[in-house]
Amino acid sequence: MMGMLLFGIYVFVLAIFVGFEVINKVPSTLHTPLMSGANAISGITIVGALHAATTAEVTVSNLLGALAIAFATINVIGGFMVTDRMLRMFGEKRR
Amino acid sequence: MSTTATVVAIVYLVSACLFIFGLKQMSRIRTSRRGNVVAAIAMALAVAGTLLELGLVDFRWILAGVVAGAVIGAFAALRVPMTAMPEMVALLNGAGGGASALVGLAFFYTHVIEARRSGTVAEIVGSASALTLFLSVWVGALTASGSLVAFAKLSGRMSGAPILLPGRHLLNVALVLGTVAVGVAFGWAVPGMGSGTSLLWILFVASLVLGVTLVIPIGGADMPVVVSLLNSYSGVAASMTGFVIGNNLLIIAGAMVGAAGLILTQIMCKAMNRSLANVVLGGFGGGDSSPDSGAGEYQNVRSADAEEAAMVLEAARSVVVVPGYGLAVAQAQHAVRELADLLNQRGARVAYAIHPVAGRMPGHMNVLLAEADVPYEQLWEMDRINPELKSTDVVLVLGANDVVNPAAQSSPNSPIYGMPIIEAHQAKNVFVIKRSLGAGYAGIKNELFEQPNTSMIFGDAKKVLQDLIAEMKQL
Repeated sequence: MMGMLLFGIYVFVLAIFVGFEVINKVPSTLHTPLMSGANAISGITIVGALHAATTAEVTVSNLLGALAIAFATINVIGGFMVTDRMLRMFGEKRR
Repeated sequence: MSTTATVVAIVYLVSACLFIFGLKQMSRIRTSRRGNVVAAIAMALAVAGTLLELGLVDFRWILAGVVAGAVIGAFAALRVPMTAMPEMVALLNGAGGGASALVGLAFFYTHVIEARRSGTVAEIVGSASALTLFLSVWVGALTASGSLVAFAKLSGRMSGAPILLPGRHLLNVALVLGTVAVGVAFGWAVPGMGSGTSLLWILFVASLVLGVTLVIPIGGADMPVVVSLLNSYSGVAASMTGFVIGNNLLIIAGAMVGAAGLILTQIMCKAMNRSLANVVLGGFGGGDSSPDSGAGEYQNVRSADAEEAAMVLEAARSVVVVPGYGLAVAQAQHAVRELADLLNQRGARVAYAIHPVAGRMPGHMNVLLAEADVPYEQLWEMDRINPELKSTDVVLVLGANDVVNPAAQSSPNSPIYGMPIIEAHQAKNVFVIKRSLGAGYAGIKNELFEQPNTSMIFGDAKKVLQDLIAEMKQL
């Protein structure tokens, strides 16, 4: 179990470095859409939510899980769509 | 490793790579839209991989959650006006944080309560899962409630003024230490089936309270930074959830958003010449002059009407528009474009001076003006336009306030001292179109309004612009 945790921490730390490296010198124009896009990505928690409601019974865990799925889906769908709406306005005039 | 597990692992790996590519592309103007699509594909792959991993389970709860979430999310995304983007992002971020906390709670119920296991949570699910379970509930819940407060402040459902509770720093420290203590007790000290359950719910509620007490002392002007920071938190919460269920993709994507959000927060703070600590500790913009009392302090303010302004504009060879939140509120982006076209036809050079934090969120003005098809070349960033302003004939300040306040350069006692501003006061003529002399988001007086070269045109930005256009056409 501790081995798994350590492996996870490796992945976690390396991913943090990737995150730092990917975002550098962003033009201020893109701050809002980038924030919104990164926010949509944090909806990845939907993967965890999907694991949480996998049986048919009405249990507390399934109710919480379904609610988590709904919230995460709102985050994902809403996030990507809103970001696209914002970026569409920049995109077309650039070409 | 079974074939399915291998396939799932590969799908997750591809998804993680696409997230990285997507985020990278999103940070460049040329590729930003494509980047968003790439990230969305990565998300779709992640969900597909998860469904494959789950195999044939009962899908009714999943379906219910996904359908409800998709309908609400899509509906909100299509309906929200461009002006309300900042609060929309805050709300979505709250949903993400809430989801992470709920996954933690659901995990507890599945593996401890419904599995009827005795012992402490750490004994049942392992120390690592117990720790990250606590962290995902903690960070997730405070992100959710903090984002809701940010939403309320941004949308005006709650006053933007900082709410300073007596002993707030002490209160926050106590809440942080208290929640950590509860988290430790929950995981390691008490049986999960008994007091552990109550402790988990106490932790959940206390974290919600902590989110509120952390955000209410921060002024409305700083909300964009707060949203960005909370966005970083929701990434961390997702990552913790990844540890709980042992999923690397969650850990990677969450950690990346956590780091990217933090960098973005830093960049925004820099644009306001503030430190992150200064923003987070709050109280900024409380000052001694509340928005109401600020109005009475002005002296020698000249006001003008549309006709006078039109005459000055008619003669101008260079015009710089400084847009602010008032432009967004009045939905005046199309009207300003029309006026600019009119001025262009008469031989004046028109540029827009974009302050990095004008509006309620960085880049807010760019989005708004882009909607009205303002050519990208006319948008000038603050550093580029400032040297030009001395030789500019007319500056039109449209619903902007704090970002043109010369006090930021001249009064060391001002709360915004040191914030880079657009030096509108340098121009030959300044027209400030504003509804009243009320204070801006920082809650302070604007010395620009008293300058001899400044005239105020009171009214709704769109209405005033339409009057100006009508007057110009008559000349």
